[in-house]
Amino acid sequence: MSTPIVEHRIITAKRSTVDKVFRGFVASGALFSLVVLGLIAFFLLFRGFQIFKDFGFSFLTSSKWDAGSGDASQPAQFGVAAMLVGSLVVATIALVIAVPFAMGVSLFLEYYVPQRLRRLLTSLLDLVAAIPSVIWGIWGYSILMPYAKGWAKSLNAWFHWIPLFKVPAPIFERSPFIAGILLAMMILPITTSVTREVYSQAPKDQIDAAYGLGASRWGAVKTVVLPFGKSGLVGGAMLGLGRALGETIAVYLVLNLVFKVNFHILASAGGNVASLIASRFGEATPYELKALMAAGLVLFLLTLIVNFAATSVVNRAAK
Amino acid sequence: MTTALANTTPVEPVKPRKPWKTPTRTFLNFIALFGTAAGLATAITVATPLAGGLGWYVSFVLSLILVTMIGSFFYGVKKMQDKLATIVLAATAATVMIPWVSLISTVIRRGSKAFYSGFLTHDMLVNSSDDPLNVGGVSHAIVGTLILVVLASVIAVPLGVIAAVYIVEIKGRAAKAVRFFTQAMSGVPSIVAGLFVYSTVVVGLTHKYNAIAGALALAILMLPTVARTSEEVLKVVPRELRDASYALGASQFRTTFKVVLPTVRSGLVTAAVLGVARVAGETAPLLLTSQYFVKFSTDLYHNPIASLPTYIFGNLGVGTDNSVTRAWGGSLVLISIVVLLSVIARVIGGRTPRSR
Repeated sequence: MSTPIVEHRIITAKRSTVDKVFRGFVASGALFSLVVLGLIAFFLLFRGFQIFKDFGFSFLTSSKWDAGSGDASQPAQFGVAAMLVGSLVVATIALVIAVPFAMGVSLFLEYYVPQRLRRLLTSLLDLVAAIPSVIWGIWGYSILMPYAKGWAKSLNAWFHWIPLFKVPAPIFERSPFIAGILLAMMILPITTSVTREVYSQAPKDQIDAAYGLGASRWGAVKTVVLPFGKSGLVGGAMLGLGRALGETIAVYLVLNLVFKVNFHILASAGGNVASLIASRFGEATPYELKALMAAGLVLFLLTLIVNFAATSVVNRAAK
Repeated sequence: MTTALANTTPVEPVKPRKPWKTPTRTFLNFIALFGTAAGLATAITVATPLAGGLGWYVSFVLSLILVTMIGSFFYGVKKMQDKLATIVLAATAATVMIPWVSLISTVIRRGSKAFYSGFLTHDMLVNSSDDPLNVGGVSHAIVGTLILVVLASVIAVPLGVIAAVYIVEIKGRAAKAVRFFTQAMSGVPSIVAGLFVYSTVVVGLTHKYNAIAGALALAILMLPTVARTSEEVLKVVPRELRDASYALGASQFRTTFKVVLPTVRSGLVTAAVLGVARVAGETAPLLLTSQYFVKFSTDLYHNPIASLPTYIFGNLGVGTDNSVTRAWGGSLVLISIVVLLSVIARVIGGRTPRSR
C-alpha cells in the first residue's frame, strides 16, 4: 500500500487594499534618490547646455577660463581641462598616501588590537569622519601648510631631477602636494571603514588553518586576509577617490587655482573642479554661470562613474 | 583517624599559574625595545636636521624598526617579518592620529581665544569681522545652522526611512536598484548638490537665497546616510516579530508601523542624528543656496541665513587677525556640535552598525 505523495502547498494570501497602497507609497518614496540623481543630471545639462553647444569638445580639452569683457573684443572662453587634470592629480596624491595607511590601520584594528581598544578606535574614526571640511581647511591652511612646505622643499632638493618634483619658481605654498596630503587625511576614515569591513570577513577557518600550519600572525594575514580583502581595498580606495574628487572648501583653502595644466605637484598651481565652482560662483556673469553648471555636470558624471564602480566592487567584495 | 590527620604534614600550597598574563620577560623586552628606540631617536634628533616633535617621532619609528630587526635577527626571517609587521602596522595607526590630535587641540586652543561672555548670544549685525574680540558673536550662525539641519531632517529622514523600509520590509523588485542608487547618491559632491538646488529652486522658483534652498541642498546630502543607517537598523529586527504580527492577521502596513518601526525607534533616531552630523558642517552647498547673513534671523524665506560653516569661511576670507580668530571660535562651536551629535547618536543607538 503506497501512501500518496502529499504535494507541497504554497500558501499565498491576497494583499489587502491597505497594503497595496502602502507598498505603492513606499516604493515611490524609495525611488526618490533615483529621481534626484536624474534631476541633477538633467538640470545641470539644461542650464549648461549652451556652453556645450558653443564650445563643444574643447570645453573638456581647453584650459582657458575667461569670462570675457562682455563685447566682441575679448570673447568669453571656458575650458575645464586644467581643473579636471588638477582634480585627478590632487586625488591621486591623496590616494597614494591614504591607501597604505588605510590598509595598515584596518589590519591593525582587525587583527592586532584587543576588542575594547578596537571599539574605541573605530568610534574615534567615525568621529573624525564627521569633522567638517571647512575645519580641515582652516587647520590645513594654518597648521599643516608650514610643515608640508618644509617637506616639499626637501623633496624638491633631493628629487628635483624627477619632472614630477620640479618647480618653476621657488614657491611651495598652496600646491597640489599640500592639498593631496590634506585630502588623504580627510578620506582616510571612509577608506578605512570599507577596507576594515571586508578584512573582518576573511574566513576564520582559513586563518586558523594558517596558524595550524605554523604561520605567524603576519603570515596568516599575508596569506589569507590580504588576498581575500584585495577587492575591498580597491572599493574603499575608489570611494575615497570619489570623495577626493568632489571635495570643495578644504581644497579651495589650501590650493592655488591656476588655469593651466600643471603636473609639477610641488609648485603653487593646481586645480579642482569643485573649488573652481565655489571660487567663481560669487562674481560670475550669467554666461559664466552656465559654464559653471556645465563644469558641475562634468564633475557630477565623473564622481558618479567612480562611485558606481566603487559600489559594485564593494558589494561584490562584501558578499 | 585523628592520628592519621595529625600525621599529615601541612602541604605547601601550589602556586596557581597564570598563563594568560604577560610574562615578565616579554614585558621587560618591550621596555628595552622602546627605551633603546627612544634613546636612539633622541640621539638622531640632536645629531641630524630632523628636529622638533615630528622629527623625533619619525626617528623613533625608524629606530623601533631598526632595533626590532636587530633584536629578532637570530630567531629567523619569519620571526623578524612578524615583529616588523606588528611595529609597522602599529606605527600607521599611531601616525594617522597625529593630525587628529593636532586638529582638535588647535581648534580648542585658538578657538577659545574668540570666546567672551557674549560670544554665543550676540550676532554680527553691528560689528565687522575685524572688530575687537569682546563684541559680536555667533548666535545668528548657531541658530541658522539649527534651522537648516532641522528643515533638512524633516525632508530627508522620512525619505531615508522609506527607502530603508522598501529595501528591508517590502523587498520590492527594485530593492537592489534603490540600494545601489542611494549608495551612489552618497558620493554626489556637496558642491554639485548646491549647484543643483541653485539652478532649480533659487533660479527657477524663489529667486532669492534662503533657508529653504539651503535645507534642500543639505537634505540631498543627508538622505543616503539616513537610508543606509536605517537599513542596517531594520535588518536586525528579528523575523519572529513580523511573523507573529502576520499570524495575528495584521497587514504589512500595520506590522511595519506598529511592530517593526517602534522596535528600532532608537536606531532610527541614531540614523537621523548621524545624518545631521554629516551635514551640519557642509559649507560649499550653503554658499550657493542660503549664503550668509550677519543678522540673527529665523526667517525661512525672505533673506539669506547664516550658518556656522559659512561664518567660518567668511571670516577666514577677511583674513585679519581678529577675523581669523573668530573663524577658529566658530570652528570650536561647530566641532563641539558635531561631536556632541555623534556622541548622542552613539549613546542612543549603542554602537552604530558601521562600527561592527
